[in-house]
Amino acid sequence: MLRGKGWGISFFDEMAGQTGEVRAPYRDYADWFGREDASRIQRKAQQAEAFFRTTGITFNVYGQDEADERLIPFDVVPRIISASEWRRLSRGIEQRVRALNAFLHDIYHRQEILRAGRVPTELISRNDAFLPMMMGMDPPGGIYTHISGTDIVRTGADEYYVLEDNARTPSGVSYMLENRETMLQMFPELFAKISVREVSDYPLNLLKSLAACAPPACNGTPTVAVLTPGIHNSAYFEHSFLADQMGAELVEGHDLRVVDGRVAMRTTQGYTPIDVLYRRVDDDFLDPLNFRPDSLLGVPGIWDVYRAGRITIANAPGTGIADDKALYSYMPDIIEFYTGEKALLPNVPTWRCSEPDQLKEVLDRLPELVVKEVHGSGGYGMLVGPAATKKDIAAFRAKLEANPRNYIAQPTLSLSTVPIFTKAGLAPRHVDLRPFVLMSPQGIRITPGGLTRVAMTKGSLVVNSSQGGGTKDTWVLED
Amino acid sequence: MLGKTAGALYWMARYLERSENNARLIDAGFRIALTRSSTAAAEWRSVLVTAGQDYAFRQTQQDYHSQRVVDFMLRDPANPSSIMSVIKQARDNARTARTYLTREAWEAINTSWMTLGSLLKRQVREDDLPDVLAAIRQQSGLVRGAFAGTMLRNDGYNFSRLGTFLERADNTARILDVKYYLLLPSVAHIGTSIDNVQWETILRSVSAHRAYHWLYGTEISALKIAEFLILYKQMPRSLAFCCDKMNDNLGWLARTYGEETDAVRMGASICNDRLSRPIASIFDGGLHEFITDFLRANAALARQIERDYRFVD
Repeated sequence: MLRGKGWGISFFDEMAGQTGEVRAPYRDYADWFGREDASRIQRKAQQAEAFFRTTGITFNVYGQDEADERLIPFDVVPRIISASEWRRLSRGIEQRVRALNAFLHDIYHRQEILRAGRVPTELISRNDAFLPMMMGMDPPGGIYTHISGTDIVRTGADEYYVLEDNARTPSGVSYMLENRETMLQMFPELFAKISVREVSDYPLNLLKSLAACAPPACNGTPTVAVLTPGIHNSAYFEHSFLADQMGAELVEGHDLRVVDGRVAMRTTQGYTPIDVLYRRVDDDFLDPLNFRPDSLLGVPGIWDVYRAGRITIANAPGTGIADDKALYSYMPDIIEFYTGEKALLPNVPTWRCSEPDQLKEVLDRLPELVVKEVHGSGGYGMLVGPAATKKDIAAFRAKLEANPRNYIAQPTLSLSTVPIFTKAGLAPRHVDLRPFVLMSPQGIRITPGGLTRVAMTKGSLVVNSSQGGGTKDTWVLED
Repeated sequence: MLGKTAGALYWMARYLERSENNARLIDAGFRIALTRSSTAAAEWRSVLVTAGQDYAFRQTQQDYHSQRVVDFMLRDPANPSSIMSVIKQARDNARTARTYLTREAWEAINTSWMTLGSLLKRQVREDDLPDVLAAIRQQSGLVRGAFAGTMLRNDGYNFSRLGTFLERADNTARILDVKYYLLLPSVAHIGTSIDNVQWETILRSVSAHRAYHWLYGTEISALKIAEFLILYKQMPRSLAFCCDKMNDNLGWLARTYGEETDAVRMGASICNDRLSRPIASIFDGGLHEFITDFLRANAALARQIERDYRFVD
């Protein structure tokens, strides 16, 4: 019943598995669900929506009327991961994040990996996110990727792929936390029956992790602040949520200025220095004196303070090069180069359209592939071949031929499904997973689970919230 | 705390107070327009003047038609002081100060915004108006309750209270400013009965017509009404009450911050120099002059607070 089919591909359902028999991690939940009254769950689902609205867990879609605040649909059926599945995933993620941080350090120092010819130089030199000003800089504690999110998809009982790396400013962690909070309020009895690992300590771990990266100039307890572009930003809820949960100030560019060689925030009693700035604005906007002069979001002169080692910026400027999808295709090499080990989690096979023979193959097989912009995000500007019309494909073919370097292509993955609750009962929908990773000199910490995004439309493979995707609570079971 | 956050809490409170005051003004205007259609236009005009919206109204409207005035004041998106605009600004400020609000306080404001948004989605029919205005006042009460019950009594709380009382004092003084001529012993009034409906309008616009009668019985006099609205410290919308509260909040900040700012001194001077004398002496000096001077001092205090506590750069 739960098995989905589309475009001739069959999908792995994480609850029903290949055989249609409930898989082990879901057994307790399925027992509970079988005994529950569907109308009660329906009612709870409506309560959840009201709860999200009054709490203000909404987001603005860029380019739309700002009054139009939208909710990300929340599904009440959890996505459940067993302890052993999680151990395997978290080892792979940790290895990957360690390699990424080492790679960033190398790129901004000796560039050994380029010299060794393992990654083409032009992938860096042509990368808009590459910041020459970071060359030779040592960010406090040697950390570049303080917070990262590794997007993972599953295609079978034992098959996982890393879909992309988010080392710039991964968002969504507030949904992970609020989804759990909502589930706890709606179905407390479930958590009494089933041992699920906690996620609620994320904000405190974030604070500890950031504080552990304080610059040498800081003595005493580091002052941490969160920098937001302001209330009209689509992720503002998350910014204020994290600041609130950490007990840190939520600042905007106009609250900050450089005073006595330090970045300081304007308080009711004068300027107070900040040691660690968790910024949720892009590199370009950080410092109008050193980057985009028209930026009103940043702090004039912060760059000089940073260079002088008197503030920590998290994530470090210039980490965005790692989010590049062309660079992504080199991740297995990057991991091997810095860790001396094979990648524990495989990449999705990727065609680099910048290479003529690969481009040719992509053009020949366009109707079956997924094509993405190298710098794209949010599910925009991509082609899902099997779901596209002939007209879409023709239009995309033209774009691809005009600027092949801008694209990569991947096979259309048969993403796993997890059931969602619908009026007609459980129905399989495709999901992905974004675990959140904290890194400091004290180590790497991965919150068990992460954010599960789910395509709410039948058959759809696009899970992005900007395109109608929803979320689920993600459970990692205790051993 | 951040200066910006202090400012956001202060403005959030001002806007919330303003929405409630404007709802009362509309209520009072509506009542008089119903009972005295001959003077309705003049009454609506004075309501708009009191709310500081007359100029904006006349940009698009020729005459003071009831339905138009009510719609303009309730929900016109082109009117930055309409109740809907003001609630939205209150909520935007609350979002800015979100980290300083308890979950309950934030949810009360957010729920108000959602509730009024759906109540004011369409033009309000005349027979629904009393209910809608009651709902607006009720929402304001819910927010106040959530604040009183859950917020830490810290600097943020004191800034929000400052905003409430500054706005309220301004509103009461404006009502007096527009209607002061009714309180003057003029030739026309000598020997005629006092215009009870007009008195009642004034008292209703501060929700105090019952309280007045409890206090002064059936006797209605200009002097007593002025005393009640200006000097009576047990009346929560009187100038003296508001100023007392502001001084409490400013005093708290001065003690906690260990700094007596100019704003603290100005607040004290409003109380001591302007409000510590009998009502007869205020009338002697000229009621109109008194009110004009009060409004000016109150606005100067507001500017000084913004400066002293660094709301903006």
